Amino acid sequence: MKTHFLNYAAGLSLIFLMASCGNQGSETSQVLGGSAAEQAYVAPGEYDEFYAFMSGGYSGQITAYGLPSGRLLKEIPVFSKYPENGYGYSEETKAMFNTSYGEVPWDDSHHIELSQTNGEFDGRWLFVNGNNTPRIARVDLKTFETVEILEIPDVAGLHCAPFITENSEYLVSGTRFSVPIPQKDVPIDTYKQNFKGLINYVSVDPEHGHMELAFQIEMPGFNYDLARNGKGKSHGWSFLTTYNSEQEHSLLEVNASQKDKDLMAVINWKKAEQYMKEGKFTERETSYFHNLMNEETTIAESEEKTLTKILDPKNCPDMVYFIPVPKSPHGCDVDPTGEYIVGNGKLSADMSVYSFDKIMKAIEEKKFDGEFDGIPIISYEAALDGIVKKPGLGPLHTEFDGKGNAYTTFFISSEVVKWDVESKEILDRQSTFYSPGHLVIPGGETRKPDGKYLVAMNKITKDRYLPTGPELAHSAQLFDISGDKMKLILDFPTKGEPHYAQAIAADKIQPNSVKFYDIENNKHPHATLGESKTKVVRDGNEVHVYMTAIRSHLAPDNIEGFKVGDKVYFHLTNLEQDWDVPHGFAIQGATNAELLVMPGQTRTLVWEPKKVGVFAFYCTDFCSALHQEMSGYARVSPKGSDVPLKWGLNEKLRENEQAAHDFYENAKQNANIGK
Amino acid sequence: MKTIKILSTVLVGMLFIYACGSKEQSSSTAEKQTTEKQEKKVPETIKMGKGVGEFTEVEVSDPLNEEWTKRGEAIYDMKCSACHKLTDQRVVGPGFQGVTNRRKPEWIMNMITNVDVMLAEDPTAQKLLEECMTRMPNQNIKPDDARKILEFFRNNDMTKAGKKDEAIKS
Repeated sequence: MKTHFLNYAAGLSLIFLMASCGNQGSETSQVLGGSAAEQAYVAPGEYDEFYAFMSGGYSGQITAYGLPSGRLLKEIPVFSKYPENGYGYSEETKAMFNTSYGEVPWDDSHHIELSQTNGEFDGRWLFVNGNNTPRIARVDLKTFETVEILEIPDVAGLHCAPFITENSEYLVSGTRFSVPIPQKDVPIDTYKQNFKGLINYVSVDPEHGHMELAFQIEMPGFNYDLARNGKGKSHGWSFLTTYNSEQEHSLLEVNASQKDKDLMAVINWKKAEQYMKEGKFTERETSYFHNLMNEETTIAESEEKTLTKILDPKNCPDMVYFIPVPKSPHGCDVDPTGEYIVGNGKLSADMSVYSFDKIMKAIEEKKFDGEFDGIPIISYEAALDGIVKKPGLGPLHTEFDGKGNAYTTFFISSEVVKWDVESKEILDRQSTFYSPGHLVIPGGETRKPDGKYLVAMNKITKDRYLPTGPELAHSAQLFDISGDKMKLILDFPTKGEPHYAQAIAADKIQPNSVKFYDIENNKHPHATLGESKTKVVRDGNEVHVYMTAIRSHLAPDNIEGFKVGDKVYFHLTNLEQDWDVPHGFAIQGATNAELLVMPGQTRTLVWEPKKVGVFAFYCTDFCSALHQEMSGYARVSPKGSDVPLKWGLNEKLRENEQAAHDFYENAKQNANIGK
Repeated sequence: MKTIKILSTVLVGMLFIYACGSKEQSSSTAEKQTTEKQEKKVPETIKMGKGVGEFTEVEVSDPLNEEWTKRGEAIYDMKCSACHKLTDQRVVGPGFQGVTNRRKPEWIMNMITNVDVMLAEDPTAQKLLEECMTRMPNQNIKPDDARKILEFFRNNDMTKAGKKDEAIKS
């Protein structure tokens, strides 16, 4: 208690002293002078100012970093099984991987979205997409655990996901690869006739965060790549870039780059909500899975859903528009005021900036340049606010600092370029060594960015760090953007390939962080709430071990009566009620993983003994001076043998007081002799 | 505890340098820190055998409150029994038999609710740590519940040792 207070006091002193030396970050940097690295230095024991959550790309996970130190704080397992703590291997978490394709133990995570209230991060949840087997996951930021995964049906490559609206009403996603809907056996060269693209709206329950597929919009068969939702005046609208408006299906690098411009979809989701209420949707049978962690039992439960609701733009006028966007776009970003929408064509040297007001006016005045599949195409010139002329090569993504500036990554020319949103004037450029993809400014996608730092995430890492064979860690580069010019202050490696990241002020998460699970609220059906309740129960060839862990022993620690062919469930309850004292459980010959059990929590590992003998089990997380002694034995007898079930923890001493007394007296005497 | 406090003072000093780059101020902080260390005194409550924590005066009365005893036993079962027996047998931690005859109610309740500080400052608690070699975990027991555990201990002492609350008399 006091420790925390003192650390806090030290932190406060820092803020106070910094303030006394000058309010502006730029002045601080002048005081610091020479070494830019000092600006990223956070003294041991001090806390970072921001959490940065980075998607893990092909690792399928999320990593949490501190900014400005670049410290890796945690890897949060999401779409990939994680032997480090048994996620996906423990009985409680297996259901997280259920999909309509069966158990899928991996995915490719891309875009991080933090929950928002009134267009600002509220620090409650974090969402991320699974690209390969289309899914959206929710992480609870009280525990940093994945608590929900929702599959999205009838789409492929859910890259354009899960972009959030400003009160977390919806997570918007679009199919990257259009496919036959419903899936059917057709020649691929019938793409234009048979392939469609779905844009999906997943609603988020404001109290619990639970996700539900609210509706899907059936769109022409393009590749929907990235989205952003409006904010402020443009709240209620979504903007999605598409490529392959050519509707090709082979050698896309040539065939899908024919046209000078592709199309950006502009969707009035409030109108879509209205059509849903009016019942203008059709229902279609399909299959997708919803996996949700029960908060009381902390067991994931899985439910197959079989119905989806579809809106067709043809029956829903004024709901969907297109607007031309420079060639093969990959970026689409809305500025903090909600007025400007940046469309980047990665094969175009220029960047188009649209005005929301002009888009609305063009719609009102029906300034359309034709239509596609019945969807009006808004006149490019009528909606355009201006063009950022030749800022660099291969513009990808843009973030904002809340001071009227935009920052765009350039994949081909390997730089970040700062420009003025109103005047479109270029203000600064910095090299990023090289090929940056996404970039993040804390709150850079919200109505109130905290324009102090910028992190650029590089796709390629040649020459940045000590070599580690052909594959290198991806690199992230931290810039101080508080002054007129960007200043590189740190360069740190990341896990997997982070596609996007979001960063949030630490004080929006830190005070709510759970330190342990209250054991009195543990409603796990196999919880053992106290050592006296430990037991072993046989039911046919299933054996359930109700085991507890506390510094520094497991109970029971001697178990006999297992037989070859048994299926043994170790239900381990961690009796600790203290911060950062997980206990682990591993048993020799287990074919899955270990468990890490948090204080007050129950987790279950299945073990199927295949050999006769005595096998050791132990705690894997160093917990006390006597951690090494936190171990035990499981005796396995041949199939059909009549060795009775027997379990205990120092049974002789426990049951016989005189024996215990003698034991300790002897131990004391021996200790004295030693002196 | 002492260590932590000094460490924090050093940190504040370091941050001061970090923020303003003043070496003079940091040396004066260091002097202040040395003085603080010397002035550190053993709290009165420790001298009185009450340990250190939020409990400085705890009243005990007869007869025992049965409801409290039951609640105390339930918490003992869930959070304490893995390391402490109700007899005088030491397992991971000391046996509970006679604890109210050895330790004052305040000490017991402070040990339950303020274990990290007790292990850092209270000589009796430190001696127990040397014997047991396992730090007692902070089991996050609420102040109200600590009182109920005390009641359970008093009841246990009457049952096992035939007398209770002897430590108050000494």
